[in-house]
Amino acid sequence: MDQEAPEAADSQTLREHGEAVKEAQKSRLGDIDRETLVNIYHQMVLCRRFEEKAAEAYSAGKIGGFCHLYIGQEAVAIGSISAIKKKDYVLTSYREHAHAIAKGMSPNAVMAELFGKATGCSKGKGGSMHMFDKEVNFLGGHAIVGGQIPLATGVAFASKYKGTDQVTLCYFGEAAVNQGAFHESLNMAQLWKLPCIYICENNRYGMGTSLERAMSSHDISEKACAYDIAAEFVDGMDVLAVRDATLRAVARAREHYLPTLLEVRTYRFMGHSMSDPGNYRTRAEIERHQERDPIKLFHASLKEEGVMSDAEFEKIEADVKEQVEESLRFADESPLPDPKELYTDVYANPIEV
Amino acid sequence: MPVVTMREALNQALREEMRRDENVFLMGEEVAEYQGAYKVTKGLLEELGPKRVIDTPITELGFAGLGVGAAMAGLRPVIEFMTFNFSILATDQIINSAAKMLYMSGGQYNIPIVFRGPGGSAFQVSSQHSQALESWFAHFPGIKVVMPSTPADAKGLLKSAIRDDDPVIFIEQERMYGNKGEVSDDPEFTIPLGVADVKREGKDATIVARSLMVPIALKAADVLEQQGVSCEVIDPRTIRPLDIKTIIKSVKKTNRVVVAEESHAFCGVAAEISQEIAEQAFDYLDAPVKRVSGVDVPMPYAKNLEQLAIPSVDQIVAAVREVAYLD
Repeated sequence: MDQEAPEAADSQTLREHGEAVKEAQKSRLGDIDRETLVNIYHQMVLCRRFEEKAAEAYSAGKIGGFCHLYIGQEAVAIGSISAIKKKDYVLTSYREHAHAIAKGMSPNAVMAELFGKATGCSKGKGGSMHMFDKEVNFLGGHAIVGGQIPLATGVAFASKYKGTDQVTLCYFGEAAVNQGAFHESLNMAQLWKLPCIYICENNRYGMGTSLERAMSSHDISEKACAYDIAAEFVDGMDVLAVRDATLRAVARAREHYLPTLLEVRTYRFMGHSMSDPGNYRTRAEIERHQERDPIKLFHASLKEEGVMSDAEFEKIEADVKEQVEESLRFADESPLPDPKELYTDVYANPIEV
Repeated sequence: MPVVTMREALNQALREEMRRDENVFLMGEEVAEYQGAYKVTKGLLEELGPKRVIDTPITELGFAGLGVGAAMAGLRPVIEFMTFNFSILATDQIINSAAKMLYMSGGQYNIPIVFRGPGGSAFQVSSQHSQALESWFAHFPGIKVVMPSTPADAKGLLKSAIRDDDPVIFIEQERMYGNKGEVSDDPEFTIPLGVADVKREGKDATIVARSLMVPIALKAADVLEQQGVSCEVIDPRTIRPLDIKTIIKSVKKTNRVVVAEESHAFCGVAAEISQEIAEQAFDYLDAPVKRVSGVDVPMPYAKNLEQLAIPSVDQIVAAVREVAYLD
């Protein structure tokens, strides 16, 4: 994949990249069972449609605060989470709706949290940036850039301490790589051999600042050398490439308690958040990158190889539409948190004084 | 009861709690092979092994956050800051992660963690190593803040802090590590968090003091006794939650209050205590509440200047005489 700045990548280069992804995917479809492939596709469509609806609800004033959409990056969360088990842990940043759903959280609970309702996954106290679900080991939803990286390192530390074979996936954007938290964590993870997989979702922009304007050395996977940590560069528009790279990292973590850094190069089709006017890049740039939309590429691969029929694609669209509509209905009709909830969950052992 | 130093009392608390619960581990700079920068963790590596007593790189934000993550996954970390001055690098993880996790997860993830180490002034270690940071941490809901002043309190409170299911900031005082006192050797000896202790009973004035100021306040009370003034000395022991009831009860008896603290006065704990007294016992006061705080400058190095920056026995005596209208 080209390493030039996203504004410089021309239409032809990006189309050629899309074709290359498709060819690579088609050659690997036979190695993966059909149910898994269908499920991956289903999840990608679900997350895309879910967020499109969330954007509408945000514009309609149903969702408040910040709302960071993941549209364009779905191959990363869904490809990687398809490579782990329910018992494994996931921690991520504030751009988290897809990770939450992919890890097994109910779209109803996620949408209700966006709406600030009592039935939300964090009882309406966390919002878009702080989703949690202990049932599926989804440990948030953290909104200080890079803050989740030491936390994930600690979760992995606990797995090794307790002698379990659980692995931890830790997601963050490329801008978090400039934080000390990233470097401190990678150092400890390799020093103590912790089963943590650090997944850098390089979408090329930290809010409105391009990677080129913020990072002295642009190759993130190479930064792993500083900590003697295994690393891979991964094509984030290819859901199967993300899955494969994660499977390799998971094996390393599960069997040998070793960390890995994956730099997954992707692209965000939407603004940094719903309130971002996006003046730092052109509409044309986004449209060029949409030519290698990871869902369209995977759809084409599955269709061209005859893994799924048109009727099956249509059924997934219809099922997802119904599921997303249902999540919206559920969120809309759910009650607001009881005012008494303002004072609960501050302490696990409250002390009366 | 055996007489031990504060350092040994803290060591006993760590040792006993680690024996009691294998999910407790200790992590920090120089805690293992070096036996602790102040020897609080002496012998723990030998008894409990390198899995549970872990030397870290100098990476405070990193290992504080690692501790919070480990607590999310069911462990009970004790994170030592070589001094609390270095916790400033870790405040993002203490405040943004540890303090808020239970709330923002809707009650799903509590963080049973202790951040401990010495705070306040030491002996001529200058500005960056002589800070009393309790008011920073006590500001935030979701955290508990503990500051012991005797070896027995240090042991009993640290054991309670380790057993507590919430994040606890446990601030020791470097100048006090060698102080001696009677300490129970019963492994089930604990002191509950959130309960103040009347260190000396009196009837004419109340001195509220914490940490290093407690022995200084007690000396001031001795001097004042000679002058015919009977002082009650109250140590809140836990700053958050604050046992204000015990303080108010004393104020209603003595009608005069001095609050002594090593930290700066501005936005400090003494200001909070003074305001609580104003709200709850204004009509009982015979004089305005008087604060005796650390001087409002960065801590200087020179020995004479350093002494001037920390509240003294004489200052507390003068403050009590002032609220008693004796001069």
